[in-house]
Amino acid sequence: MWPIQLKKYNRREFLAYCGKMAALLGLSPLSIPQLGRALEEIMKKPSVVWLNFSACTGCTESFIKSECPSVSEIVLNMISLDFNETIMAAAGENAENLLESLLKQGEYYCIIEGAIPLKHGYGRIGGREMMEIAQRVAARAARVIAVGTCACFGGTSGARPNPSEAKGVAEALGIEVVNLPGCPVNPDWVLATLLNVLMFGKCPELDHLGRPRIIYGLKIHDNCERRAHFDAGRFLDVFGSEAAGKNYCLYKLGCKGSATYSNCPLVKWNGGTNWCVQSRSPCIGCVEPSFWDNFAPLYERLPGVRVPGVPGIKGVEATADRIGATLAAATAAGIGAHIIGTFLREKKVRKKEIESRKEE
Amino acid sequence: MPKLVIDPVTRIEGHLRVEVEIENGKVKDAWSAGTLFRGIELILQGRDPRDAWHITQRICGVCPVPHGLASVLALEDAFKVQPPEPARIVRNLIEGTQMLHSHILWFYHLNGLDYVDIISSLQARPKEESLINVKNKISTFINRGQLGPFANAYWGHPAYRLPPDLDLLLLAHYLQALEVQLKATKPTAVLGGKWPMHMNTPPGGLTKVPTIQQIKSFLYIVKELQDFVNTVMYQDLLTLAPFYLDWANKGRGVGNYLAWGVFEDRSREPKKRFLPRGVVFDGKGQGEDAFPAEVKEHVCHSFYESKGPLNPQRGETKPRFIEYSTQESYSWLKAPRYKDMPMEVGPLARVLVAYLSGHELIGKEVDSLLKQLGQEGNLEILKSVLGRIAARVIESRVIAAKMEEWLLELIEELKKEKVEVYQEYELPKESEGLGLWEAPRGALGHWVQIKNGRIANYQCVVPTTWNASPRDDYNRRGPLEEALVGISVEDPKRPIEILRVIHSFDPCLACAVHVIDPTTNEIYKIRVI
Repeated sequence: MWPIQLKKYNRREFLAYCGKMAALLGLSPLSIPQLGRALEEIMKKPSVVWLNFSACTGCTESFIKSECPSVSEIVLNMISLDFNETIMAAAGENAENLLESLLKQGEYYCIIEGAIPLKHGYGRIGGREMMEIAQRVAARAARVIAVGTCACFGGTSGARPNPSEAKGVAEALGIEVVNLPGCPVNPDWVLATLLNVLMFGKCPELDHLGRPRIIYGLKIHDNCERRAHFDAGRFLDVFGSEAAGKNYCLYKLGCKGSATYSNCPLVKWNGGTNWCVQSRSPCIGCVEPSFWDNFAPLYERLPGVRVPGVPGIKGVEATADRIGATLAAATAAGIGAHIIGTFLREKKVRKKEIESRKEE
Repeated sequence: MPKLVIDPVTRIEGHLRVEVEIENGKVKDAWSAGTLFRGIELILQGRDPRDAWHITQRICGVCPVPHGLASVLALEDAFKVQPPEPARIVRNLIEGTQMLHSHILWFYHLNGLDYVDIISSLQARPKEESLINVKNKISTFINRGQLGPFANAYWGHPAYRLPPDLDLLLLAHYLQALEVQLKATKPTAVLGGKWPMHMNTPPGGLTKVPTIQQIKSFLYIVKELQDFVNTVMYQDLLTLAPFYLDWANKGRGVGNYLAWGVFEDRSREPKKRFLPRGVVFDGKGQGEDAFPAEVKEHVCHSFYESKGPLNPQRGETKPRFIEYSTQESYSWLKAPRYKDMPMEVGPLARVLVAYLSGHELIGKEVDSLLKQLGQEGNLEILKSVLGRIAARVIESRVIAAKMEEWLLELIEELKKEKVEVYQEYELPKESEGLGLWEAPRGALGHWVQIKNGRIANYQCVVPTTWNASPRDDYNRRGPLEEALVGISVEDPKRPIEILRVIHSFDPCLACAVHVIDPTTNEIYKIRVI
């Protein structure tokens, strides 16, 4: 149950929240009242088991920075956060017993933060391999959701030379997982995914990397507030430069937004307060697999991208398409296969768009 | 002799194993060990040095800011570049919000539940409407049968001493603080893009000149935080303390304290930082200056090869795993020592160093608090579990007040005709750098060596490595181990007393075990062996 009368915020705020979630879920504004009813009708709070493996706890930290709904709202009224070592009161044997009883009960949502070290003995809890615990808990879960780039693809723990042979959950366990990458994960992404599952009884449509398309189907570059400057060939060369106040494109300072897929520019962070590019920091591509390695050095420009303003490139769409194409070629040499995948898909979509425009 | 193993220790960051030996209801000996291996120092090798401050923020997602800033200081030291004034001030501001966030979260959510009995609060008879609402809310929550994070704790243990009305009050503040901890990180997002893992303080300065809207939002939130810290958190400390005054005589630990200092002033000198650098040795010392050259890491009882204690500038990490044995090697943490002595780091260390160095604000706060507790002039009671709680509250008050001054200082800087926020530099081929700073949990040092324009070696000595360190080459216990000795445990099946001592250090294991390279790390449950 999600009783509105217990909420700190009023009906109007609640509807505003539903509106935000509707936007995130890609629903029409007409569905907002329906969404509100669906939320109210969820009778029993779904049980959530949050496991921490090879991680820095940044994703837990990020999750408890959710603003609308706030974390107390989530924990008291929305989900039953039955296991999370960072905030739970129980410790030691009591904590272990709790997990055992949750396992018996089953049908919980299993959220995993952190990579799973495959090297034998490199990560154990309660004398058991993290791998074994993950298998056991995942087997009884209604759904496994990997939060953060570590749990999805290895992330920081799995960065070169990957001393612990850390892998993402899907790869380590060989199971289907909803991947919500990000370093850290954005709390709105977790809530949007949970809500989608609770309301529609199924998870949102996933891409070839198990990421919900509603969140990761968009390229940062395409929705970036600095995009017009990119197209016009206006770039910042140095932090704090003369052009500082002008919001020029950060590509030359190392921005990886042209190869990174997430809705950061639209949803932003910390309750819509800000996001990396808005604070004039180049995107480091933290939602992409192996971003520490593939996108390093972070403050150097992506190789092989043709920059607008250079002779021979005409028009906005052509420019973006050319960049996609050049990058795809560059990635074949070194950058991970997924980037190629996303770029190819992107190209197809773009091609269709261009064709339909031509027809018009 | 009965042994008690607590594992997993919860309401901390990361995975911690604590093993204690109990004789006649008291802890006779203790061993603390961290476990999970990630190897961030190894991952840093061979990379572009400028990437380090992003990667080191991921050492700990609970306190990413100080790791990022210590890294930036080390890199700027290596690059021979000094950031302009606005950058110095903005870094202080971001660090300040991190401290407040961490202390508030710790006071209520990580540590608070060792002193506040949630179930007992149901017996409260509140008169105020807001408290009646909280009680209704919490009874509905509990009656629904889904206790969530409050399930299976030691509720009803006689060590919980608050009357139900106060339990309810503190629980109400626990819920309120959930919103406040969120607010505390918001200023960092306002300036730095997001929290955790802020983006705007690369080596050399800032990415962007702060705008007046940003400063306004920042100031507004700082005012709210001041209000919470002074009127709620401070009062809650005064409410709790009389019921738990015996904890002012428990968990003293090694009695040596180290702080590298934090919050630079215009001079950028470590001794002149707002919370200054210094050491205090057991029973003596006036907060004299501390020197990084005196730090050596011992590995005799850790799973590493040893050529004897090394300074981190020349430190190495060569794993050598043998079976866990408290007699020989039992931890993946190294044992850092200062002048060969184990040192406690953290808010208490910073407050004591500042007090003994004649810090006016801290002096006033400490004296007034001791007076209110009826312990005027008795500085010794601060060296305890309760003292660590008090130090976090004192520090929060002082920092929250100071942040307003920094914002005004920043506005003065921005009034100038030419505002510089970033200093360009050339990447050196060969260089070395050192960054000393403070995380909320204590003294933090990053050492970097650059060769061929790449990171050749990177060593971090972090707060929890100091506090939760294993025994050193002289077989001396680390601060947490020492603090556990002598603690009475009423019911070994529900060892809440031990949790209180552990939580008083606010251990952060992602931090502490970033260097370790285990082949087997076991974490056990609490159980009596």
